[in-house]
Amino acid sequence: MDTKEILLSIRDLTASVEEEEILHGINLDIRPGETHVLMGPNGAGKSTLGNVLMGNPVYKQTGGSILFEGEEISGESTDKRAKRGMFLSFQNPLEVPGLSLDAFIRSALRERTGKPVKFMQFNRELMDKMKLLSMDPSYAERDLNVGFSGGEKKKSEILQLLMMKPKFAILDETDSGLDVDAVKTVSEGIRAFQQESDGALLIITHNANILKSLSVDKTHVIVKGKLVASGDATLIDEIGKNGFEAFGE
Amino acid sequence: MSEMRKDPAIDIAEREDKIILNDVNRELYDFIDEEREEDFYRMEEGLTEEIVRQISEEKHDPEWMLDFRLKSLEIYNQTPVPDWGPPIDGLDMDRISTYVRSKSDMVGSWDEVPEDIKNAFDKLGIPEAERESLAGVGAQYDSELVYHNVREDVAASGVIYTDMESALTGEYEEMVKEHFMKLVPPTDHKFAALHGAVWSGGSFVYVPKGVKVEIPLQSYFRLNAKGAGQFEHTLIIVDEGADLHFIEGCSAPKYNIANLHAGCVELYVRKNAKLRYSTIENWSKNMYNLNTKRAICEEGGIIEWVSGSFGSHESYLYPSSVLKGDGSHAEFTGVTFAGRGQNLDTGAKMIHIGKNTTSFIDTKSICKDGGISTYRSSVVVAKSAEGAKASVNCGSLMLDSISRSDTVPAIEMRTDKADVGHEAKIGRISDEAVFYLMSRGLPEAEARAMIVSGFANPVSKELPLEYAAEMNNLIKLEMEGG
Repeated sequence: MDTKEILLSIRDLTASVEEEEILHGINLDIRPGETHVLMGPNGAGKSTLGNVLMGNPVYKQTGGSILFEGEEISGESTDKRAKRGMFLSFQNPLEVPGLSLDAFIRSALRERTGKPVKFMQFNRELMDKMKLLSMDPSYAERDLNVGFSGGEKKKSEILQLLMMKPKFAILDETDSGLDVDAVKTVSEGIRAFQQESDGALLIITHNANILKSLSVDKTHVIVKGKLVASGDATLIDEIGKNGFEAFGE
Repeated sequence: MSEMRKDPAIDIAEREDKIILNDVNRELYDFIDEEREEDFYRMEEGLTEEIVRQISEEKHDPEWMLDFRLKSLEIYNQTPVPDWGPPIDGLDMDRISTYVRSKSDMVGSWDEVPEDIKNAFDKLGIPEAERESLAGVGAQYDSELVYHNVREDVAASGVIYTDMESALTGEYEEMVKEHFMKLVPPTDHKFAALHGAVWSGGSFVYVPKGVKVEIPLQSYFRLNAKGAGQFEHTLIIVDEGADLHFIEGCSAPKYNIANLHAGCVELYVRKNAKLRYSTIENWSKNMYNLNTKRAICEEGGIIEWVSGSFGSHESYLYPSSVLKGDGSHAEFTGVTFAGRGQNLDTGAKMIHIGKNTTSFIDTKSICKDGGISTYRSSVVVAKSAEGAKASVNCGSLMLDSISRSDTVPAIEMRTDKADVGHEAKIGRISDEAVFYLMSRGLPEAEARAMIVSGFANPVSKELPLEYAAEMNNLIKLEMEGG
């Protein structure tokens, strides 16, 4: 297989948290523009995979390789992975007092592109995206995630996704804890990302609602740290009907 | 400094200069200008009656001031060293020269300032700041002011802004005599007595009734001489209904022997007047900073302190506000950053005397690399202060496990018809938050600096833009200087 066509190539990936192995040999290929869905029961290793891919120091990669655009990124620091074009939407976005949302996105963009951010253009785009996500414009100047509701925090993550335009984004349980309307709004944001860019997505979820309006290329089922099934979007309906039991949980 | 002033954006995220900053260190402040002996008059080290008399003579004091100095010296000799704060046994008065001055006189034109001194201030961006955003500037180098200037329109409104020496020997002598060390008497503590004996330099400001000074006045104090003390006296009177913002900046280069700063600030806020007093202290890390600042507010008067304490080896600093008049109000917003080898004991004091007086303390302290930061405050509500409200809010951030942060808030209430609230938080930087910022492409050091700057933001947003930028830079320098 020509690895150059593959954006992210994961081979025999093993990882542990506090000496306990959680991932037992994951293999996965994602091409530019593809949307993959990763489903599985609680504790199967979904979030661990997302965090290991992004280089969270709490998780330890113990074996295997991760190639991004053909280059090995295992052991590379999180910021370098981000600069390559990787992105993680957090399940529980952190609050940072004294750092405003817009200033944060601006400095992140500048860091990623290595270029100064054009103020007017940035502001216009930010306001457009916030409108798309039904976010009140005043949130731009508020401290990052401080006092945001669960839904607002997830919208703030998708806003960052839309502004940063990564080549590959992991969305870790972006739908968890959201009401129906918020899931719909967030889902629209993700669809906009799909349409506006050729960025690839790995959507981690155990809820099919967020996927309704999204086009999905591949679906994977993870159980006990292993990918036990892969298929197209129809797999989602199957899981919806039968749960994860059929996959050996 | 001129480098960083090019981009005076308040938030750290807006700044474009971090690549440059990675290569900068404290040398920005630590540069030493070799003082040629023949250009400077330097008092011999130590503290004796003879030395105090010499200083007084050197400064052409009026008779009463000489008496005041000698009496202060007596009090100094009788007063014990404080035993409740950071240890100060490293400070040996026999090795401190209490008076050093350039042989040239103070001037009102920047061009006339001696070249070497001018260079020092140029590096600190002082005249540049004046051109851009100040109504008047004073610059003190070692013990005496070398430059003083106030904008014509401000002077025309009756505002007096001059060096203490001119005020003392000129037409404002009576006003000085009436207020000088009345708010902070030499009996207050040992270093107030020391100040009374050897004080030199500083600024005198009088804002007449109803005059609102739209842009700030600033004094900058630089202690350049090795093994010396700086004892400037700042006396500000804001008359009824008047309004002033005064900014003080301090720095010194680093030597391997102790330097001492024992300044004194006395602020008189008259009826319905308002004074904001902002400070960025960035002393070098061999400095003992034993500074006393106090304000008194008459009816409806407002005092606002904004304070950034960065440098010094050890600091004792608790600006206090005496809320004497009914309905007067005090606010203190401060940030302290203690790095390696630093023991900074800072906070504020609020004394409620008048009815319906209000005070608000909001402080942030940060410690790193074994630094010790102690927040110490005192809120006293007198029996007379019915309807008083006070709130104390202090947060500490420890950047590693070898640093220490303590909180010593004291509250003394002599009436039950008052309301005092207190909240303290001590925390560490969350690794998860660092990971979060890094996942957006920010390098680890940058991510940490952003979190720390954010923590200090309640203070920096109270500062004028270029000072906020300077403070964020200092935080960055401290974060990188580990």
